Amino acid sequence: MAVLMDAGEIEKAVDTLAESILGKTTEEVAIVGIRRRGDEVAERVCERLKAAGRSFQFGILDISLYRDDLAHLTENPKLQSSDIPFVVDGAHVILVDDVLFTGRTIRAALDALTDYGRPGKIELAVLIDRGWRELPIQPDYVGKALETERLDEVVVSLRDTDGADAVKLEQKD
Amino acid sequence: MVRKDLLDLASLERQEVEEILDQAIPFKDLFQRSVKKVPALKGKTVLMLFYEPSTRTLSSFEVAAKRLSADVTVFDVPHSSVVKGESVKDTIDTLQAMQADYIVVRHQMPGLPGRIARMTGASVVSAGDGAHAHPTQGLLDAFTLREIYPESGKKVLIVGDIRHSRVARSTSTVFRKLGYEVAFLGPGSLVPDVPGIKRFTSFDEAWRWNPDVVYLLRVQKERQGAQYYPSVGEYHKLYGVTEERFRLIADEGKWVMHPGPVNRGVELCDAVMDYERTLINRQVENGIAVRMAVLYLLKPKLARMES
Repeated sequence: MAVLMDAGEIEKAVDTLAESILGKTTEEVAIVGIRRRGDEVAERVCERLKAAGRSFQFGILDISLYRDDLAHLTENPKLQSSDIPFVVDGAHVILVDDVLFTGRTIRAALDALTDYGRPGKIELAVLIDRGWRELPIQPDYVGKALETERLDEVVVSLRDTDGADAVKLEQKD
Repeated sequence: MVRKDLLDLASLERQEVEEILDQAIPFKDLFQRSVKKVPALKGKTVLMLFYEPSTRTLSSFEVAAKRLSADVTVFDVPHSSVVKGESVKDTIDTLQAMQADYIVVRHQMPGLPGRIARMTGASVVSAGDGAHAHPTQGLLDAFTLREIYPESGKKVLIVGDIRHSRVARSTSTVFRKLGYEVAFLGPGSLVPDVPGIKRFTSFDEAWRWNPDVVYLLRVQKERQGAQYYPSVGEYHKLYGVTEERFRLIADEGKWVMHPGPVNRGVELCDAVMDYERTLINRQVENGIAVRMAVLYLLKPKLARMES
Protein backbone atom coordinates (compact mmCIF):
# COMPACT_ATOMS: atom_id res chain seq x y z
CA MET A 1 0.00 0.00 0.00
CA ALA A 2 1.37 3.36 -1.04
CA VAL A 3 1.62 5.99 1.69
CA LEU A 4 -0.27 9.12 0.62
CA MET A 5 0.21 11.18 3.77
CA ASP A 6 2.46 10.78 6.80
CA ALA A 7 1.86 12.09 10.33
CA GLY A 8 3.31 15.51 9.49
CA GLU A 9 1.12 15.94 6.44
CA ILE A 10 -1.97 14.92 8.43
CA GLU A 11 -1.09 17.56 11.04
CA LYS A 12 -0.71 20.11 8.26
CA ALA A 13 -4.10 19.16 6.79
CA VAL A 14 -5.72 19.61 10.22
CA ASP A 15 -4.01 23.02 10.48
CA THR A 16 -5.46 23.99 7.11
CA LEU A 17 -8.94 22.91 8.24
CA ALA A 18 -8.76 24.82 11.52
CA GLU A 19 -7.34 27.96 9.88
CA SER A 20 -10.05 28.08 7.24
CA ILE A 21 -12.76 27.57 9.86
CA LEU A 22 -11.23 30.37 11.99
CA GLY A 23 -10.98 32.62 8.95
CA LYS A 24 -14.51 32.10 7.74
CA THR A 25 -16.55 32.00 10.95
CA THR A 26 -17.03 34.68 13.58
CA GLU A 27 -19.82 33.43 15.83
CA GLU A 28 -19.66 30.31 18.06
CA VAL A 29 -19.71 27.09 16.04
CA ALA A 30 -20.58 23.52 17.03
CA ILE A 31 -18.02 21.02 15.81
CA VAL A 32 -19.62 17.58 15.29
CA GLY A 33 -17.41 14.62 14.40
CA ILE A 34 -18.82 11.59 12.59
CA ARG A 35 -17.85 8.21 14.02
CA ARG A 36 -15.41 6.67 13.44
CA ARG A 37 -12.35 8.86 12.90
CA GLY A 38 -14.36 11.97 12.09
CA ASP A 39 -14.65 12.38 15.86
CA GLU A 40 -10.87 12.29 16.22
CA VAL A 41 -10.35 14.79 13.39
CA ALA A 42 -12.96 17.01 15.08
CA GLU A 43 -11.12 16.80 18.41
CA ARG A 44 -7.88 17.93 16.76
CA VAL A 45 -9.62 20.83 15.02
CA CYS A 46 -11.08 21.83 18.40
CA GLU A 47 -7.63 21.85 20.04
CA ARG A 48 -6.60 24.49 17.50
CA LEU A 49 -9.78 26.53 17.94
CA LYS A 50 -9.12 26.49 21.68
CA ALA A 51 -5.52 27.58 21.19
CA ALA A 52 -6.81 30.49 19.09
CA GLY A 53 -9.10 31.50 21.97
CA ARG A 54 -12.36 30.63 20.21
CA SER A 55 -15.29 29.17 22.13
CA PHE A 56 -17.13 26.28 20.52
CA GLN A 57 -19.47 23.36 21.19
CA PHE A 58 -18.46 19.76 20.53
CA GLY A 59 -20.48 16.69 19.64
CA ILE A 60 -20.16 13.18 18.18
CA LEU A 61 -22.55 11.55 15.75
CA ASP A 62 -22.96 7.82 15.02
CA ILE A 63 -24.77 7.52 11.70
CA SER A 64 -25.12 3.71 11.48
CA LEU A 65 -28.90 3.74 11.93
CA TYR A 66 -29.23 6.25 9.08
CA ARG A 67 -27.20 4.37 6.47
CA ASP A 68 -28.99 3.65 3.20
CA ASP A 69 -27.40 0.21 2.75
CA LEU A 70 -28.40 -1.62 5.96
CA ALA A 71 -30.75 -3.98 4.10
CA HIS A 72 -27.84 -5.04 1.86
CA LEU A 73 -25.40 -5.88 4.65
CA THR A 74 -25.10 -9.42 6.01
CA GLU A 75 -24.18 -8.01 9.42
CA ASN A 76 -25.18 -4.59 10.69
CA PRO A 77 -22.46 -2.18 11.87
CA LYS A 78 -21.71 -2.00 15.58
CA LEU A 79 -23.55 0.96 17.05
CA GLN A 80 -22.09 3.49 19.42
CA SER A 81 -23.93 6.26 21.18
CA SER A 82 -24.11 9.69 19.64
CA ASP A 83 -23.35 12.57 21.98
CA ILE A 84 -24.88 15.92 21.10
CA PRO A 85 -24.69 17.87 24.38
CA PHE A 86 -25.80 21.27 23.02
CA VAL A 87 -29.03 22.76 21.69
CA VAL A 88 -29.10 22.05 17.97
CA ASP A 89 -31.94 24.49 17.19
CA GLY A 90 -30.39 27.55 15.57
CA ALA A 91 -26.80 26.35 16.02
CA HIS A 92 -24.08 26.79 13.38
CA VAL A 93 -22.89 23.19 13.03
CA ILE A 94 -19.77 22.09 11.22
CA LEU A 95 -19.84 18.36 10.46
CA VAL A 96 -16.37 16.81 10.43
CA ASP A 97 -15.31 13.55 8.77
CA ASP A 98 -12.02 11.97 7.80
CA VAL A 99 -12.65 11.15 4.13
CA LEU A 100 -15.29 12.51 1.77
CA PHE A 101 -16.01 9.98 -1.01
CA THR A 102 -19.54 9.18 -2.31
CA GLY A 103 -21.25 11.62 0.07
CA ARG A 104 -23.59 8.96 1.43
CA THR A 105 -22.23 9.16 4.98
CA ILE A 106 -22.84 12.93 4.95
CA ARG A 107 -26.39 12.43 3.67
CA ALA A 108 -26.98 10.09 6.62
CA ALA A 109 -25.32 12.55 9.01
CA LEU A 110 -27.61 15.36 7.88
CA ASP A 111 -30.65 13.21 8.66
CA ALA A 112 -29.22 12.09 11.99
CA LEU A 113 -28.33 15.65 13.04
CA THR A 114 -31.68 17.16 12.11
CA ASP A 115 -33.43 14.57 14.32
CA TYR A 116 -31.86 16.49 17.23
CA GLY A 117 -33.31 19.82 16.11
CA ARG A 118 -33.21 22.46 13.39
CA PRO A 119 -29.72 23.94 13.03
CA GLY A 120 -29.38 27.51 11.78
CA LYS A 121 -26.66 26.39 9.39
CA ILE A 122 -24.75 23.18 8.63
CA GLU A 123 -21.33 23.14 6.96
CA LEU A 124 -18.99 20.30 6.12
CA ALA A 125 -15.29 19.96 6.92
CA VAL A 126 -13.25 16.95 5.74
CA LEU A 127 -9.64 16.00 6.31
CA ILE A 128 -9.44 14.44 2.84
CA ASP A 129 -11.59 14.91 -0.25
CA ARG A 130 -10.92 12.00 -2.60
CA GLY A 131 -13.65 12.80 -5.13
CA TRP A 132 -16.18 10.41 -6.77
CA ARG A 133 -19.39 11.82 -5.31
CA GLU A 134 -22.67 9.94 -5.84
CA LEU A 135 -24.80 12.67 -4.28
CA PRO A 136 -24.89 16.46 -4.67
CA ILE A 137 -22.81 17.11 -1.55
CA GLN A 138 -19.72 19.36 -1.43
CA PRO A 139 -17.38 20.28 1.43
CA ASP A 140 -16.97 23.81 2.81
CA TYR A 141 -13.55 23.12 4.34
CA VAL A 142 -10.95 20.66 3.00
CA GLY A 143 -7.65 19.62 4.65
CA LYS A 144 -6.26 18.07 1.50
CA ALA A 145 -7.69 16.98 -1.84
CA LEU A 146 -6.41 13.67 -3.27
CA GLU A 147 -6.64 12.34 -6.83
CA THR A 148 -7.92 8.75 -6.75
CA GLU A 149 -9.49 6.13 -8.97
CA ARG A 150 -13.08 5.11 -8.28
CA LEU A 151 -12.13 1.64 -6.99
CA ASP A 152 -9.14 2.76 -4.91
CA GLU A 153 -9.43 2.45 -1.19
CA VAL A 154 -8.15 5.34 0.91
CA VAL A 155 -7.25 3.94 4.34
CA VAL A 156 -6.92 6.52 7.12
CA SER A 157 -5.37 5.60 10.47
CA LEU A 158 -5.32 8.09 13.33
CA ARG A 159 -3.31 8.18 16.54
CA ASP A 160 -6.07 7.70 19.12
CA THR A 161 -8.28 5.39 17.06
CA ASP A 162 -5.66 3.23 15.34
CA GLY A 163 -2.36 3.85 17.14
CA ALA A 164 -0.60 5.89 14.46
CA ASP A 165 -1.23 8.62 11.89
CA ALA A 166 -1.11 7.61 8.22
CA VAL A 167 -3.11 7.78 5.01
CA LYS A 168 -2.55 4.89 2.62
CA LEU A 169 -3.82 3.97 -0.80
CA GLU A 170 -4.93 0.48 -1.69
CA GLN A 171 -5.35 0.02 -5.42
CA LYS A 172 -7.92 -2.44 -6.73
CA ASP A 173 -7.99 -3.74 -10.29
CA MET B 1 -23.62 -11.48 15.63
CA VAL B 2 -25.04 -13.08 12.50
CA ARG B 3 -28.38 -14.72 13.27
CA LYS B 4 -31.74 -14.95 11.57
CA ASP B 5 -33.86 -15.72 14.62
CA LEU B 6 -34.02 -15.27 18.37
CA LEU B 7 -35.86 -18.26 19.85
CA ASP B 8 -34.28 -18.70 23.27
CA LEU B 9 -31.28 -17.59 25.31
CA ALA B 10 -29.87 -21.00 26.20
CA SER B 11 -28.37 -21.38 22.72
CA LEU B 12 -26.65 -17.96 22.78
CA GLU B 13 -23.01 -17.59 23.74
CA ARG B 14 -22.28 -15.21 26.61
CA GLN B 15 -20.50 -12.93 24.18
CA GLU B 16 -23.59 -12.77 21.93
CA VAL B 17 -25.76 -11.86 24.90
CA GLU B 18 -23.30 -9.12 25.82
CA GLU B 19 -23.31 -7.84 22.26
CA ILE B 20 -27.11 -7.49 22.26
CA LEU B 21 -27.01 -5.73 25.65
CA ASP B 22 -24.21 -3.38 24.52
CA GLN B 23 -26.09 -2.54 21.34
CA ALA B 24 -29.23 -1.69 23.35
CA ILE B 25 -27.41 1.22 25.05
CA PRO B 26 -27.36 3.56 22.00
CA PHE B 27 -31.05 2.76 21.44
CA LYS B 28 -31.88 3.74 25.01
CA ASP B 29 -29.96 6.99 24.49
CA LEU B 30 -32.34 7.83 21.63
CA PHE B 31 -35.20 8.08 24.12
CA GLN B 32 -33.68 11.35 25.39
CA ARG B 33 -34.22 13.01 22.00
CA SER B 34 -37.46 14.66 20.99
CA VAL B 35 -37.42 12.54 17.80
CA LYS B 36 -37.16 8.98 19.11
CA LYS B 37 -37.38 7.37 15.70
CA VAL B 38 -34.52 6.24 13.45
CA PRO B 39 -34.82 4.99 9.84
CA ALA B 40 -32.92 1.67 10.26
CA LEU B 41 -35.87 -0.59 9.30
CA LYS B 42 -37.60 1.80 6.90
CA GLY B 43 -39.70 -0.13 4.39
CA LYS B 44 -39.50 -3.38 6.40
CA THR B 45 -42.57 -5.15 7.70
CA VAL B 46 -42.84 -6.54 11.21
CA LEU B 47 -45.74 -8.89 11.88
CA MET B 48 -46.93 -9.53 15.39
CA LEU B 49 -48.37 -13.04 15.54
CA PHE B 50 -49.93 -13.36 18.97
CA TYR B 51 -51.85 -16.56 19.71
CA GLU B 52 -52.03 -15.61 23.39
CA PRO B 53 -53.26 -12.29 24.69
CA SER B 54 -50.52 -9.94 25.87
CA THR B 55 -50.81 -6.21 26.14
CA ARG B 56 -47.37 -5.36 27.46
CA THR B 57 -45.08 -7.48 25.34
CA LEU B 58 -47.09 -6.72 22.22
CA SER B 59 -47.01 -2.95 22.85
CA SER B 60 -43.32 -3.03 23.67
CA PHE B 61 -42.44 -4.81 20.41
CA GLU B 62 -44.77 -2.49 18.53
CA VAL B 63 -43.13 0.65 19.94
CA ALA B 64 -39.68 -0.83 19.28
CA ALA B 65 -40.49 -1.68 15.65
CA LYS B 66 -42.09 1.72 15.03
CA ARG B 67 -39.12 3.58 16.52
CA LEU B 68 -37.04 1.73 13.91
CA SER B 69 -39.45 3.03 11.21
CA ALA B 70 -40.77 -0.45 10.33
CA ASP B 71 -44.36 -0.99 9.23
CA VAL B 72 -46.14 -2.98 11.93
CA THR B 73 -49.12 -5.25 11.51
CA VAL B 74 -50.73 -6.97 14.45
CA PHE B 75 -52.10 -10.37 13.54
CA ASP B 76 -54.41 -11.02 16.43
CA VAL B 77 -54.92 -14.75 16.00
CA PRO B 78 -57.09 -15.83 18.93
CA HIS B 79 -59.94 -13.76 17.59
CA SER B 80 -59.56 -14.60 13.92
CA SER B 81 -58.03 -17.61 12.24
CA VAL B 82 -57.76 -20.10 15.06
CA VAL B 83 -61.46 -19.77 15.53
CA LYS B 84 -61.89 -20.44 11.85
CA GLY B 85 -59.68 -23.54 12.10
CA GLU B 86 -56.74 -22.24 10.08
CA SER B 87 -53.56 -24.21 10.74
CA VAL B 88 -50.29 -22.61 11.73
CA LYS B 89 -48.82 -23.59 8.36
CA ASP B 90 -51.66 -21.83 6.53
CA THR B 91 -51.15 -18.75 8.67
CA ILE B 92 -47.45 -18.73 7.83
CA ASP B 93 -48.22 -19.02 4.12
CA THR B 94 -50.48 -16.01 4.48
CA LEU B 95 -47.70 -14.09 6.22
CA GLN B 96 -45.23 -15.10 3.50
CA ALA B 97 -47.59 -13.66 0.93
CA MET B 98 -47.60 -10.44 2.96
CA GLN B 99 -43.78 -10.44 2.66
CA ALA B 100 -43.05 -10.01 6.32
CA ASP B 101 -39.38 -9.39 7.11
CA TYR B 102 -39.73 -10.03 10.84
CA ILE B 103 -42.30 -12.15 12.67
CA VAL B 104 -42.76 -11.80 16.42
CA VAL B 105 -44.54 -14.88 17.79
CA ARG B 106 -46.27 -15.64 21.03
CA HIS B 107 -47.87 -19.06 21.43
CA GLN B 108 -48.82 -21.38 24.28
CA MET B 109 -47.04 -24.29 22.57
CA PRO B 110 -43.34 -24.61 23.46
CA GLY B 111 -41.15 -24.65 20.35
CA LEU B 112 -43.68 -23.22 17.92
CA PRO B 113 -41.63 -20.09 17.09
CA GLY B 114 -38.78 -22.41 16.11
CA ARG B 115 -41.07 -24.36 13.77
CA ILE B 116 -42.20 -21.13 12.16
CA ALA B 117 -38.59 -19.97 11.85
CA ARG B 118 -37.77 -23.05 9.76
CA MET B 119 -40.74 -22.42 7.47
CA THR B 120 -39.89 -18.84 6.58
CA GLY B 121 -36.99 -16.67 5.50
CA ALA B 122 -38.26 -13.93 7.78
CA SER B 123 -36.50 -13.36 11.09
CA VAL B 124 -38.53 -14.89 13.90
CA VAL B 125 -38.44 -13.62 17.48
CA SER B 126 -40.13 -15.57 20.25
CA ALA B 127 -42.26 -13.33 22.43
CA GLY B 128 -42.99 -16.24 24.75
CA ASP B 129 -43.79 -19.86 23.93
CA GLY B 130 -45.40 -21.95 26.66
CA ALA B 131 -43.02 -22.55 29.55
CA HIS B 132 -40.09 -22.74 27.09
CA ALA B 133 -38.65 -19.27 26.66
CA HIS B 134 -39.24 -15.54 26.66
CA PRO B 135 -35.85 -14.39 25.41
CA THR B 136 -36.47 -10.64 25.14
CA GLN B 137 -37.79 -10.61 28.72
CA GLY B 138 -34.56 -12.28 29.85
CA LEU B 139 -32.52 -9.77 27.89
CA LEU B 140 -34.34 -6.73 29.25
CA ASP B 141 -33.97 -8.09 32.77
CA ALA B 142 -30.25 -8.63 32.19
CA PHE B 143 -29.90 -5.13 30.73
CA THR B 144 -31.64 -3.67 33.81
CA LEU B 145 -29.56 -5.75 36.22
CA ARG B 146 -26.35 -4.74 34.46
CA GLU B 147 -27.31 -1.05 34.78
CA ILE B 148 -27.40 -1.32 38.58
CA TYR B 149 -24.68 -3.96 38.96
CA PRO B 150 -22.20 -3.90 36.06
CA GLU B 151 -20.01 -6.36 37.96
CA SER B 152 -21.10 -10.00 37.97
CA GLY B 153 -21.28 -12.13 41.12
CA LYS B 154 -24.31 -10.37 42.63
CA LYS B 155 -27.19 -12.50 43.92
CA VAL B 156 -30.73 -12.59 42.54
CA LEU B 157 -33.60 -14.34 44.29
CA ILE B 158 -36.42 -15.30 41.89
CA VAL B 159 -39.72 -15.79 43.72
CA GLY B 160 -42.89 -17.54 42.60
CA ASP B 161 -44.15 -20.32 40.37
CA ILE B 162 -40.82 -21.19 38.80
CA ARG B 163 -41.99 -24.42 37.22
CA HIS B 164 -44.57 -22.90 34.88
CA SER B 165 -42.70 -19.66 34.19
CA ARG B 166 -40.89 -19.00 30.93
CA VAL B 167 -39.77 -15.70 32.47
CA ALA B 168 -38.04 -17.59 35.29
CA ARG B 169 -36.42 -19.87 32.75
CA SER B 170 -35.12 -17.20 30.36
CA THR B 171 -34.19 -14.72 33.05
CA SER B 172 -32.33 -17.20 35.26
CA THR B 173 -30.53 -18.56 32.18
CA VAL B 174 -29.24 -15.17 31.10
CA PHE B 175 -28.37 -13.97 34.62
CA ARG B 176 -26.25 -17.07 35.18
CA LYS B 177 -24.70 -16.82 31.74
CA LEU B 178 -23.50 -13.33 32.70
CA GLY B 179 -22.04 -14.57 35.97
CA TYR B 180 -24.73 -13.57 38.47
CA GLU B 181 -25.87 -16.01 41.16
CA VAL B 182 -29.51 -17.13 41.09
CA ALA B 183 -31.71 -18.81 43.70
CA PHE B 184 -35.36 -19.84 43.51
CA LEU B 185 -38.02 -19.39 46.18
CA GLY B 186 -41.58 -20.71 45.99
CA PRO B 187 -43.97 -23.46 47.01
CA GLY B 188 -42.12 -26.77 46.98
CA SER B 189 -44.18 -28.26 44.16
CA LEU B 190 -43.48 -25.23 41.95
CA VAL B 191 -39.71 -24.98 42.40
CA PRO B 192 -37.81 -27.44 40.21
CA ASP B 193 -34.36 -28.73 41.08
CA VAL B 194 -31.87 -27.12 38.72
CA PRO B 195 -28.16 -27.91 39.10
CA GLY B 196 -26.28 -24.83 40.26
CA ILE B 197 -29.37 -22.97 41.48
CA LYS B 198 -30.16 -22.83 45.20
CA ARG B 199 -33.72 -23.77 46.07
CA PHE B 200 -35.66 -22.28 48.95
CA THR B 201 -39.21 -22.89 50.13
CA SER B 202 -39.30 -20.40 52.99
CA PHE B 203 -38.77 -16.66 52.75
CA ASP B 204 -36.70 -16.46 55.96
CA GLU B 205 -34.35 -19.14 54.71
CA ALA B 206 -33.96 -17.34 51.36
CA TRP B 207 -33.36 -14.02 53.12
CA ARG B 208 -30.40 -15.48 55.00
CA TRP B 209 -28.83 -16.21 51.58
CA ASN B 210 -28.60 -12.38 51.42
CA PRO B 211 -29.80 -11.60 47.86
CA ASP B 212 -29.02 -8.22 46.28
CA VAL B 213 -32.12 -8.28 44.07
CA VAL B 214 -35.55 -9.81 44.69
CA TYR B 215 -37.24 -10.76 41.39
CA LEU B 216 -40.97 -11.40 41.84
CA LEU B 217 -42.82 -13.47 39.25
CA ARG B 218 -46.40 -12.70 38.38
CA VAL B 219 -48.92 -15.03 40.03
CA GLN B 220 -51.23 -16.65 37.50
CA LYS B 221 -54.46 -16.49 39.44
CA GLU B 222 -55.96 -19.38 37.50
CA ARG B 223 -53.38 -21.68 39.11
CA GLN B 224 -54.68 -21.12 42.64
CA GLY B 225 -56.29 -24.08 44.30
CA ALA B 226 -55.07 -26.96 46.38
CA GLN B 227 -52.85 -28.34 43.64
CA TYR B 228 -50.29 -25.47 43.77
CA TYR B 229 -51.13 -23.06 46.55
CA PRO B 230 -54.38 -22.65 48.48
CA SER B 231 -55.21 -19.01 47.66
CA VAL B 232 -53.63 -15.73 46.60
CA GLY B 233 -54.00 -14.47 50.18
CA GLU B 234 -52.04 -17.43 51.43
CA TYR B 235 -49.44 -16.90 48.69
CA HIS B 236 -48.95 -13.30 49.79
CA LYS B 237 -48.41 -14.38 53.38
CA LEU B 238 -45.85 -17.04 52.46
CA TYR B 239 -43.99 -15.66 49.42
CA GLY B 240 -45.20 -12.12 48.79
CA VAL B 241 -43.42 -8.94 49.80
CA THR B 242 -45.61 -8.03 52.76
CA GLU B 243 -45.32 -4.71 54.63
CA GLU B 244 -43.03 -6.41 57.09
CA ARG B 245 -40.76 -7.91 54.43
CA PHE B 246 -40.77 -4.64 52.53
CA ARG B 247 -39.25 -2.91 55.58
CA LEU B 248 -36.44 -5.49 55.53
CA ILE B 249 -35.89 -4.88 51.80
CA ALA B 250 -35.92 -1.08 52.13
CA ASP B 251 -33.69 -1.05 55.24
CA GLU B 252 -31.02 -3.02 53.45
CA GLY B 253 -31.45 -1.23 50.10
CA LYS B 254 -32.30 -4.35 48.10
CA TRP B 255 -33.61 -3.93 44.56
CA VAL B 256 -36.99 -5.25 43.41
CA MET B 257 -37.84 -6.48 39.91
CA HIS B 258 -41.07 -7.82 38.40
CA PRO B 259 -41.97 -8.54 34.75
CA GLY B 260 -45.41 -6.93 35.14
CA PRO B 261 -48.30 -6.56 35.27
CA VAL B 262 -48.23 -6.76 39.07
CA ASN B 263 -50.98 -8.13 41.28
CA ARG B 264 -50.97 -5.69 44.20
CA GLY B 265 -51.56 -7.50 47.47
CA VAL B 266 -50.36 -10.80 45.99
CA GLU B 267 -46.71 -10.65 44.87
CA LEU B 268 -46.15 -7.35 46.65
CA CYS B 269 -47.82 -4.76 48.86
CA ASP B 270 -48.59 -1.22 47.63
CA ALA B 271 -45.55 0.36 49.31
CA VAL B 272 -43.19 -1.55 47.00
CA MET B 273 -44.57 0.27 43.96
CA ASP B 274 -43.39 3.65 45.33
CA TYR B 275 -40.03 2.36 46.55
CA GLU B 276 -37.09 4.08 44.84
CA ARG B 277 -35.30 0.79 44.24
CA THR B 278 -38.24 -0.86 42.48
CA LEU B 279 -37.13 -1.31 38.89
CA ILE B 280 -40.46 -2.25 37.28
CA ASN B 281 -40.87 0.91 35.19
CA ARG B 282 -37.23 0.86 34.21
CA GLN B 283 -37.70 -2.73 32.99
CA VAL B 284 -40.51 -1.50 30.73
CA GLU B 285 -38.37 1.31 29.27
CA ASN B 286 -35.38 -0.97 28.82
CA GLY B 287 -37.62 -3.55 27.13
CA ILE B 288 -38.15 -1.19 24.20
CA ALA B 289 -34.41 -0.51 23.80
CA VAL B 290 -33.52 -4.21 24.00
CA ARG B 291 -36.20 -5.16 21.46
CA MET B 292 -34.94 -2.44 19.12
CA ALA B 293 -31.44 -3.90 19.41
CA VAL B 294 -32.75 -7.41 18.69
CA LEU B 295 -34.65 -6.31 15.58
CA TYR B 296 -31.61 -4.31 14.43
CA LEU B 297 -29.19 -7.23 14.86
CA LEU B 298 -31.25 -10.04 13.34
CA LYS B 299 -30.94 -10.49 9.58
CA PRO B 300 -33.81 -12.04 7.57
CA LYS B 301 -32.85 -14.43 4.76
CA LEU B 302 -35.27 -13.46 2.07
CA ALA B 303 -34.90 -14.56 -1.52
CA ARG B 304 -35.88 -11.16 -2.86
CA MET B 305 -33.01 -9.53 -0.99
CA GLU B 306 -30.36 -11.46 -2.86
CA SER B 307 -31.03 -9.88 -6.22
